[in-house]
Amino acid sequence: MRGCAVIALALSMVVSSPIHAAPKAPLPADPLGSPMWDAHAKLLFGDDPVRFDPRVKVDFPMIAENQRSFPVAVDARGIAGVQRIVIMADLNPIPFAIDYRPTDAEPYIATRIKLDQRTPVRGAVQLASGEWLVSGGWVDAAGGGCSAPPVSRVKGDWAEHLGEIRGEAWPMADGKSRVRLNFRHPMDTGFVANIATYHLEELSIGDGAGKSYGSMEIWAAVAEDPAITLMLHAGAGATLSVEGRDTNGRDYVAALHVARQSVMPSILTQGDGR
Amino acid sequence: MLIGGAALLTLPAQARESYAITPVAVGDGLWMIHGADAPIEPANGGAIANISIIDSPAGAILYDCGPSAAYARALKGVAEQLTGKTVVRVYVSHLHPDHGLGSGVFDPAIVAALPGTIAALRSEGQGYADGMYRILSDWMRGTDVVVPGRTIAQESEDFGGRTLQLMALAGHSGADLALMDRQSGTLIAGDLVFHNRAPSTPTADLPTWRASLDQLAASEHRALIPGHGPIDPDGKAAIAQTRDWIDWVEQALKAAVASGMDMVEAGEIAIPARFSTMAAARYELQRSVSHLYPGLEAAMLPRIDAEARRSD
Repeated sequence: MRGCAVIALALSMVVSSPIHAAPKAPLPADPLGSPMWDAHAKLLFGDDPVRFDPRVKVDFPMIAENQRSFPVAVDARGIAGVQRIVIMADLNPIPFAIDYRPTDAEPYIATRIKLDQRTPVRGAVQLASGEWLVSGGWVDAAGGGCSAPPVSRVKGDWAEHLGEIRGEAWPMADGKSRVRLNFRHPMDTGFVANIATYHLEELSIGDGAGKSYGSMEIWAAVAEDPAITLMLHAGAGATLSVEGRDTNGRDYVAALHVARQSVMPSILTQGDGR
Repeated sequence: MLIGGAALLTLPAQARESYAITPVAVGDGLWMIHGADAPIEPANGGAIANISIIDSPAGAILYDCGPSAAYARALKGVAEQLTGKTVVRVYVSHLHPDHGLGSGVFDPAIVAALPGTIAALRSEGQGYADGMYRILSDWMRGTDVVVPGRTIAQESEDFGGRTLQLMALAGHSGADLALMDRQSGTLIAGDLVFHNRAPSTPTADLPTWRASLDQLAASEHRALIPGHGPIDPDGKAAIAQTRDWIDWVEQALKAAVASGMDMVEAGEIAIPARFSTMAAARYELQRSVSHLYPGLEAAMLPRIDAEARRSD
């Protein structure tokens, strides 16, 4: 029952659009055949129109080598006017991982999530019109990604590293930059005996002078030591200010600059691409 | 090799299948069984590791015994038929389940492993067995984790005149056993050496692995039986290829971190054409990203939190 309560809580936090009396259009049938599609979709999308669209590129490795930390990237740069990106795993006890609003950024986010079992992993993006575009695929995984204790809890050193943030920002073409942020945080799901839910829950990135590039809500379905990659509309030399908060009210603050130049090493470009 | 997750969209074996064990004579009283050069999956029953059978005056000797009780039982029959002798020794090369999880069908008193392998099997063996059952289901029926009863402390073992040199190495895992068979001049390298099959890194320590490859390269041998992939008749190419791959993986992933790539992107970088003969290259690269990337990020990305700035 505890798991159900957490699902309801997570959903209540994700759903921000008003719930209308009746949907305008029926939900499209789920191409992945997920048993949870109808329930999650009704709660997340309300009566906003929804369709499946392969232009929402949901990318992940061919193998879930580590069910505690599965890399997922959602790239909607082929779609104009994206307002939100939600990463979800239908059959996780905490189905939603991240709800990202790229206010002055490319509609792209990459992170690592927990997998509690074989599940669909999806990206859902919302356009200014309110319409949601969804894509994703099934991922096979060993059980227990959400219910095994974090490595730092087992090791016992989580508190020593809490608050550590590593990151870097690299310039891209056209005044954009790629930003990587790695936080030390146990991201406790609440499913491990005697360890209460404790996770990073809010993150925003701006220029430190009032301008926001993007912000997101984060749930404990994100892997321990959250790693987040974004593409901002901030060029070489720009100052970036990162602010976050966890569920205990602890603040996380970091600052970095977009590097002046970035070089793609030749080792990454030489190959037959097999 | 070991498997922590599973290939996408694998289906459980529907019918009871049996292992096809095909030993190939590769030297005087020495046979190799070439495992499938593929991930652990229901189609191969987990029989992906190479196994060696050695005939000695004292009896048959096995180097590794496969992923399951069913495999090990079939292997025992094959070895005893080939040699006309009973199996007197089973070496478990390292802790990964595709190599030795079937060892429980033998009397633990004849099953030998390095101390580090025995300790690792005590603490992690059941976790590996759970993973194998999840992926292979019925293939694993009756397979239990049984810790080897003999701890290898000596540098060689004699079997009625056929002496095997026991090399206690590490790097692919915490303890990797290689065997030098003087009679046939063959080095049986286990998973320290992969050949035309990409090396796996779930428990790797790369500097230690390189040092072990140096030792193997310096040993006097003719042919080499790798842990995965075909036999290397000249004994040098597979060692060089293994070193080339682990060096490339480490350098490429460092370059990926340095250039801002996420783990998904790092798993999709171009693989050089010289590795085009390697089976499972993309699969193992993506596994290695999972194993190695977080450590490289922690070492290479700078601290940017206010706490770190204060202590500057």
